[in-house]
Amino acid sequence: MEPILKGRNLVKRYGRVTALDHCDFDLMPGEILAVIGDNGAGKSTLIKAVSGAATPDEGEIWLEGRKVDFHSPIDAREAGIETVYQTLAMSPALSITDNMFMGREIRRKGPLGSVFRMLDRPAMEKFARDKLNELGLMTIQNINQAVETLSGGQRQGVAVARAAAFGSKVIILDEPTAALGVKESRRVLDLIQDVKSRGIPIILISHNMPHVFEVADRIHVHRLGKRLCVIDPKDYTMSDAVAFMTGAKEPPEQDRAA
Amino acid sequence: MSDTSRQPDDFEAAAKGSPEQVAEFEDHHRGFMGTVQHFLHMNPSLVPLIVLVAAILIFGALLGAKFFSPFALTLILQQVQIVGIVAAAQSLVILTAGIDLSVGAIMVMSSVVMGQFTFRYGLPPAVAILCGLAIGTAIGAVNGFLVSRVKLPPFIVTLGMWQIVLAANFLYSQNETIRSQEIEANAPILQLFGAKFNVGGAVFTVGVIFMLVLVLVLAYALRHTAWGRHVYAVGDDPEAAELSGVNVHRTLMSVYMLSGLICAFAGWALIGRIGSVSPTSGQLANIESITAVVIGGISLFGGRGSILGSLFGALIVGVFTLGLRLLGADAQWTFLLIGMLIIAAVAVDQWIRKVAA
Ligand SMILES: Nc1ncnc2c1ncn2[C@@H]1O[C@H](COP(=O)(O)OP(=O)(O)O)[C@@H](O)[C@H]1O
Ligand SMILES: [Mg+2]
Repeated sequence: MEPILKGRNLVKRYGRVTALDHCDFDLMPGEILAVIGDNGAGKSTLIKAVSGAATPDEGEIWLEGRKVDFHSPIDAREAGIETVYQTLAMSPALSITDNMFMGREIRRKGPLGSVFRMLDRPAMEKFARDKLNELGLMTIQNINQAVETLSGGQRQGVAVARAAAFGSKVIILDEPTAALGVKESRRVLDLIQDVKSRGIPIILISHNMPHVFEVADRIHVHRLGKRLCVIDPKDYTMSDAVAFMTGAKEPPEQDRAA
Repeated sequence: MSDTSRQPDDFEAAAKGSPEQVAEFEDHHRGFMGTVQHFLHMNPSLVPLIVLVAAILIFGALLGAKFFSPFALTLILQQVQIVGIVAAAQSLVILTAGIDLSVGAIMVMSSVVMGQFTFRYGLPPAVAILCGLAIGTAIGAVNGFLVSRVKLPPFIVTLGMWQIVLAANFLYSQNETIRSQEIEANAPILQLFGAKFNVGGAVFTVGVIFMLVLVLVLAYALRHTAWGRHVYAVGDDPEAAELSGVNVHRTLMSVYMLSGLICAFAGWALIGRIGSVSPTSGQLANIESITAVVIGGISLFGGRGSILGSLFGALIVGVFTLGLRLLGADAQWTFLLIGMLIIAAVAVDQWIRKVAA
């Protein structure tokens, strides 16, 4: 089977730091791929490279077999790749609705929209409310409150809801449960399963091994800027995975990345 | 370690019995000050509006009909029209967390171009006006490019541009003023913004109407169009805006170019206000516009505030100036009070921002 999203030989340098060192990457259709690795291993840089947020210095990326060349997150979004960045990428002073629709606002029908460029606030608010409800983030009265008045977990919830609502080909989640409580994390995991059941593949970066082993179909172990190996969570334990990603144990020969 | 590797759900079992709703965005009990703070957070132009109304009432009480007349109140509008227009441009730039020190220079340069193109080259005045508007927009575009693409700090870019444009203005105009009578006789359209009309004792000029309409249109655009939301997002956190799909470069370019264009209109209005084209006029427009914006409650850190506030800020300065003059006070009292208002406005801004915490 051909990967839906494929990266080859990706290199990204920040000054003297090589964040990605000839890294390969494969996401198969319909799967949940977890990416694990130590802090600073280059996981976030990898997903930035495939989501247009960082342009790799070398290497190539294919989406559905076609070579793509993203110069901005807008390019990747237009291609159907939706990302929740580790930093969440929200405008704190703007409302939940404004943030969910940032860069893809809905305009009014008729001349109000086409001539006066007026936003269709009621439509955007209804959509945002529905999506947050799906995620169990009840916010009936206050969909217009500024994001900065939300807790860290709520903000993460909004960011995940935004990605889940708009992603059509690939959804990337960079540590989506890091700021969440136990129950909120559970909602996000349910949402991940839900997105998968819609046939959309997911890249999940997480340090939470129980979460990774619960939802992942395959686990991409990232170490020192490249893919060390890809393992099947059914064949290994969490401690094996941790041992691979920290370098305490050599990866098995058959799973070693090419 | 390996005994923790299965049964990932175990640690969640303890949470199973609790209620199912999560992360509800409830309204906490905030208390009176908290409610005020939250309300101001939602309506940032309310503070300057209250100050404006209070100032009008106080001066009205002290001065009676001398101040509280349609004539005097509309005189304030006429006196603040230039600063009000420039402050609208300044507001846009400051909303993107920038600052534009070149606004006054762009204004004067544009007015000089409008005048000189008419009288030196004999262009039709309307064409000369278009050239002036184009020059203002072009200078704004250079500012925008240096800020957005070359990534220089806006303060430095516009500090340099201020000097460059001002010097170019003096060199090009040869310090020469075009007299009012000459403009009136040969190119009255240059003085269009000074045209007056009377509504029951209230005197309006085209410039005043332009200022009011401009602010209302920008207020609409900032609140109700995608472009406006992007301006706020870029000022709030440009990296986040970029990642969430905003074309930050295009937004910044549009803001600086629009700022330049508005300043050029201010240059046209300036001819209407003073009658002549003078390369030495409007020297304080940058500081006065920043003052209006700050008193108007727009945060210098970007992303917060309303352009209506800037209009109120400009009007507050106008009310203080005229009111104190009618009271016979030394003009220095105006500056002293404005200085205090600036500091108070920033203190209020800091307090309102704490609503986040
Ligand atoms: N914008 C940047 N500028 C400079 N260095 C960076 C930048 N982004 C990441 N790095 C560096 O690249 C390396 C990989 O970072 P990152 O991809 O964030 O790792 P991870 O997400 O796996 O923790 C780190 O050494 C980090 O310091
Ligand atoms: Mg990371």
